[in-house]
Amino acid sequence: MKQPGAALGCGFLFGIGLWLSGMANPEKVLGFLDVAGDWDASLLLVMGGAVAVTLAGFRIYKSKFQLPARKDIDFPLVAGSALFGAGWGIAGYCPGPAITSLATLSAESMVFVAAMLAGGLLHRALWRSRRE
Amino acid sequence: MHDFTPIPALAGGALIGLASVWLLAANGRIAGVSGILHGLFSPPDTKWRALFLSGLLLAGLAWQAAGMPSPSRAGFPLGWVAAAGLLVGFGTRMGGGCTSGHGVCGLGRLSARSLVAVIVFMAAGMIAAYVMRHVLGIAS
Repeated sequence: MKQPGAALGCGFLFGIGLWLSGMANPEKVLGFLDVAGDWDASLLLVMGGAVAVTLAGFRIYKSKFQLPARKDIDFPLVAGSALFGAGWGIAGYCPGPAITSLATLSAESMVFVAAMLAGGLLHRALWRSRRE
Repeated sequence: MHDFTPIPALAGGALIGLASVWLLAANGRIAGVSGILHGLFSPPDTKWRALFLSGLLLAGLAWQAAGMPSPSRAGFPLGWVAAAGLLVGFGTRMGGGCTSGHGVCGLGRLSARSLVAVIVFMAAGMIAAYVMRHVLGIAS
């Protein structure tokens, strides 16, 4: 890793972006996902603003690095994304916002992050036992 | 449509995108938060991951220290929060990414896998939010 220190700054900037955009507010996230309610389209613009920047920026750097090269659409991709989406829509947290929300010391952010770590480890344990 | 906040949404999104480009430029890494989190348990290469996550946490502390609004929700059932966390942890590991890795970064590099992932998790999220709010009546 060439500049591990930069990772700290990247995480910080990323986190400020989450707070400023409203992504760190689970009620705002649910206001976006609940299209049948009083729909709040703001988060579409969060994704739009972010992707506009990565589309431009990645063009410059992508050739210099090894990026994920897989192209196949397989079952784990679709099923895993469906499970993730269901969890996101239940409580309004995805991984980044959940982690930066730990700073508020709210019970729900701590419960969510602990369960998220457990879910990841559970998948790893199951995947390992299936291979053995 | 109330609560629509286009300017902070676009600006915050742009910061998230900038942070992702910066991480790629400085370290050659994809800013996928779920992958960074799960990777904490797969040495080596844990140092930059711990630093990135520390930065995320510091941002939350700084945001509050600056007196910026950090909305908190009270009374949302913690059992549902735990179930949601398990699904998010398991699903992001199985699907290889979340809103940042597949969304912000994957779409930014025009990955077909990530586009499929984004469509699936957006749809699943909308269905889950509908069921929670309009079928089960669990408001937040």
